[in-house]
Amino acid sequence: MSQIKTIAVKEFKDYFISPIAYIVIALFLIVTGWFFFSTFFIFGRADMRDFFSLLPIVFSFFIPAVTMRLFAEERNVGSYETLLTMPVSFTDIALGKFFAATLFAGAMLVPTLAYPVFISFIGDMDPGPVAGGYLGALFLAAAYCAMGLFASALTRNQIIAFILGCALCFTLTIINRMLFFMPPQIVSVIEYIGASSHFTNFSKGILDSRDIIYFISLVCIFMFSTYIVMQEKN
Amino acid sequence: MIDVQDLTKYYNDFCAVDHISLSVQPGEILGLLGPNGAGKTTTLRMLTGYFKPTSGRISVKNLDMPKDTLRIKSLIGYLPESAPLYHNMLVYDYLVYVARIKGIADPDKQMERFKTLADLCGLSSIMDKPIATLSKGLKQRVGLAHAMMTDPEILVLDEPTSGLDPNQIAEIRTIIRQIGKEKTIVFSTHILSEAEATCDRIVIINNGRIVADDTTANLKHKGMQNSFVRLTLKGPDRKTAHDFLTSMDPVLDIRTAEPNQEGLVCFEIRSPDSRDVRSDIYLKIKQTDWIILELARETQALEKIFQQLTRQEA
Repeated sequence: MSQIKTIAVKEFKDYFISPIAYIVIALFLIVTGWFFFSTFFIFGRADMRDFFSLLPIVFSFFIPAVTMRLFAEERNVGSYETLLTMPVSFTDIALGKFFAATLFAGAMLVPTLAYPVFISFIGDMDPGPVAGGYLGALFLAAAYCAMGLFASALTRNQIIAFILGCALCFTLTIINRMLFFMPPQIVSVIEYIGASSHFTNFSKGILDSRDIIYFISLVCIFMFSTYIVMQEKN
Repeated sequence: MIDVQDLTKYYNDFCAVDHISLSVQPGEILGLLGPNGAGKTTTLRMLTGYFKPTSGRISVKNLDMPKDTLRIKSLIGYLPESAPLYHNMLVYDYLVYVARIKGIADPDKQMERFKTLADLCGLSSIMDKPIATLSKGLKQRVGLAHAMMTDPEILVLDEPTSGLDPNQIAEIRTIIRQIGKEKTIVFSTHILSEAEATCDRIVIINNGRIVADDTTANLKHKGMQNSFVRLTLKGPDRKTAHDFLTSMDPVLDIRTAEPNQEGLVCFEIRSPDSRDVRSDIYLKIKQTDWIILELARETQALEKIFQQLTRQEA
């Protein structure tokens, strides 16, 4: 347990030692801020629904950028060998890196807390959907981090890890909008697999155990896959 | 201490390590020697639990891999080849990180340990520097500190002196010998003089197989049997000198060699019983008025053995 914490803290600090953290957070704020507020005053609704509906697609590009280095860089530099020959289990390493990435995604969301504060000044805002939305955003980020981590474990090239991660996250994000092309028998299955519908429930303020279980299962599946990849690669 | 049996590793079809069996006694310094690509690094990586062997058994202090891999890892301090570290961290931060992972959580104990390591590895002046800015030799020392963090009973060092300048090599060797007084050390190298100077026992690997496994003294002795005396004379012509030397008793095996200067004659002389025949030769030549320019025993014994063992299979 303490080793998971040690690794998570180290990886989390690493983001802020290098310029990665600042670049990613700044870009994230610019992108979400611009798209959210460019239509915010036109609709004139004091809620954050549009912000949250942006998140799945924005996350599918930003989260892989955060996770791409976690394994790929260590493999490339060779420090992976140093890490693995210390008395830590694969599980500790994978979980430590996962928590660091999720924590960083959380840190990315922190500055956006200014939006609800700002909105509550200019209109009568319902806090429920906003709180639910942030909680859902964390679940979504965790699931995408697990996928990004899996992509990073597959290769020693960060760019490949990024593109693979994007592909995975993007697929889950847009698969709901592809239902039109699917054979009717599997439509309901595909709809369940897509991440957007589950996330939308959160941002409406609905805490449904099905959605929570969906995200937790995603995390479990991809963390387990990461574990298997780590084991197979040696 | 370490017991390895029939260790084999395949990378797809390529057999990197082929049924290696080894055992290392407590307190021994074992040198793993071999040409590049012989399988040294692969062997050490399996020993430290980084690679899974294709087949074979590794046990350390009666703990078996892969069942007790985690406990074995905590017994072994490992310095990988060219010490891959986290470049963006400060040396001090890195050591704290390593200490925590290796289970030294108490800050006081950490400080105490860091002081010992800083003295031993000469890190005091670079504690506040980013690892990326360090020279290769300094990185190697940080790597050594990493390996010795928990004062482990076994140290595994993969080519600890490769790429260092002669001064740094000497420093690292001193450190190794100093630690080796109380620890079991396995290290790989392709520098023979290094193995000769530091190891109790030498294992030579070629093409993934062990081709020699003996104490350094024994290996050297074996090498001595092939030794010869190089003699360079000024004065006689080649034929006269050859005939004169052949008349010695006991009869020596005398071969002419190329002299490195015009007007000299040069011989390589072997005695049948591998005795040192230099005094005999001197006394013999003293009877003439020739001048001895060189009379030396070829001493690169290990090098010869190494070449013999690793070339015939290549």
